[in-house]
Amino acid sequence: MTISSVTESAGTPAATDAPDRWGRLGRSIAGSRITGPGAALAIAVVIFWAITSTFMTASNVSLILQQSVVVGMLALGQTVVIITAGIDLANGAIAVLGTVVMGKLAIGSGHPELLVLLVGIGVCVALGGLSGGIITRLNLPPFIVTLGLLTIVSAAARLYTKSQSFPVTSPLLTWLHWTVSIGSLQLTYGTLLMIGAYLVVGYLLTQTGWGRHVFAAGNSPEAARLAGIKVKRVLLSVYLLAGLCYGIAAWEALGRIPVADPSSYSSANLDSITAVVIGGTSLFGGRGGVFGTLIGTLIVLVLRNGLTQANIDSLYQDVATGALVIVAVAVDQLVRRRQQR
Amino acid sequence: MTASRSHEKPVPVLAARGLVKRFGHVTALDGADFDVLPGEVLAVVGDNGAGKSTLIKILAGALSPDSGELLMDGQRVTFKNPLDARRQGIETVYQDLAVAPALDIATNIFLGRERRSPGFVGAVLRRMDTKSMRATAATALTDLGITTARSVTQPVETLSGGQRQAVAVARAAAWGKRVVIMDEPTAALGVRESGQVLELIRRVRDHGLPVVLISHNMPQIFEVADRIHIHRLGRRVALVRPQDSTMSEVVSIMTGALPGNEAAPPRDDEDGS
Repeated sequence: MTISSVTESAGTPAATDAPDRWGRLGRSIAGSRITGPGAALAIAVVIFWAITSTFMTASNVSLILQQSVVVGMLALGQTVVIITAGIDLANGAIAVLGTVVMGKLAIGSGHPELLVLLVGIGVCVALGGLSGGIITRLNLPPFIVTLGLLTIVSAAARLYTKSQSFPVTSPLLTWLHWTVSIGSLQLTYGTLLMIGAYLVVGYLLTQTGWGRHVFAAGNSPEAARLAGIKVKRVLLSVYLLAGLCYGIAAWEALGRIPVADPSSYSSANLDSITAVVIGGTSLFGGRGGVFGTLIGTLIVLVLRNGLTQANIDSLYQDVATGALVIVAVAVDQLVRRRQQR
Repeated sequence: MTASRSHEKPVPVLAARGLVKRFGHVTALDGADFDVLPGEVLAVVGDNGAGKSTLIKILAGALSPDSGELLMDGQRVTFKNPLDARRQGIETVYQDLAVAPALDIATNIFLGRERRSPGFVGAVLRRMDTKSMRATAATALTDLGITTARSVTQPVETLSGGQRQAVAVARAAAWGKRVVIMDEPTAALGVRESGQVLELIRRVRDHGLPVVLISHNMPQIFEVADRIHIHRLGRRVALVRPQDSTMSEVVSIMTGALPGNEAAPPRDDEDGS
């Protein structure tokens, strides 16, 4: 029994289920990665509630939720990529290409709407697979691959549309703008779809073996490989799933604003990274989750909306968001250092 | 276990005969033999470049030999990859890198071998049976007397180096049905933590699993090993018992200052060149 006798105060043996449920609850709240983001969101909401009369109204809260769908879906895919210690700079461009493909195919061609939608989403999945394929086959850093793809895909969207934007009238493609009332909130189908997507990806990440392998591949690819995990296959599946999220983001975008515009959402990639990082997912991989990203997305949009309601110059919105990103990464770094003793 | 070893020679759990492995012009293994018997700790020692890591990689399925054969319980086996070896019950503990620090203990113990829930949720929804995995992981730790972890849901990075290695050993012992190979398990550890890992090695052996211990540390080897396999110039040159030998003898055989007790094996493909 040398093992147990020489180490620091080991109160309970590993096997027993500690009965102090409250203590455990307290520890898990204090130790959770979403405590910080959750508190930041709560503070921002309380401040805007206090200083403006228009912020905490049903219509404004509904608006924030509606505004969050595109960045929210891009950030969802981005989360899974960042958990593998990757990054995707091309996600906004891929979604925009998805919108213009859908918009262009829908005009007067007589293609069935459902087919158009599936082709648009399929293009996004294929581009996700392309990044994943290049990253895993050629062993290139995701930053570089997706930076290249960002340039190529945005150029492709402009070439395809001759840099024109055009309205989209197809009922199916714009279907997500319909709303349902929950109390006095007006939630769009798009918001509900986004929440559903978060639940599905959250389930995959936390409840399935695949999810464990994604975290392991991001945290320690070598340990994952030695444990028999096919790391490259896992990475490829991650980029394909991210592509699917971007395809849904494209559909969400047409539900928000029924216009296919190749020059729209040009900074959505950075917004999605911001949401993920503020949400407590580590840029170093292996830690994080989608719930934090949802909070991060809401923080970004609450800041934007609230500062507008408070009549503060929109440039300060960027200052605030930027500062939050740095704080979030600094906190992550601090936590990592403390845990790795 | 010492008693049953008396007269008839026990069949080695894992054995190798005449392994040859060349990398270009370098011959890493030159007709190497290997035997690990039931219930023993077999230390494998050798100078750098003697070919011990090539030997271990072949035993763990990470490399295939150019010629020679592997036997389990006297039956010929081939391993195409490490997974093959693991399916045959051979588990390997690596120096470091073997655990994912951000993941918890139970997750690490089941990494790559997650258990699914029974029925629809497991088969179709692919849900893991987290509860039963945690319970099994806790049992795996207590079986080896590892009681320092607060809970199996604790991330591995909150553990000390020795405790992390203990988790890796517990994983190997839990999955290893036949043999556990440990590659320099104490190389990165301090004196006290090394002692704890040696104690674990004994416990694994006492559970009936033979342990192959690759090490450079003579005092540790003499403390824990039942037999010592001395590797030199690509083959086993001696097999000694710590009680019949001294550290300086072992070192002399390792470096070639003393001859080993095994002659170079007769080789069919000898052409005199």
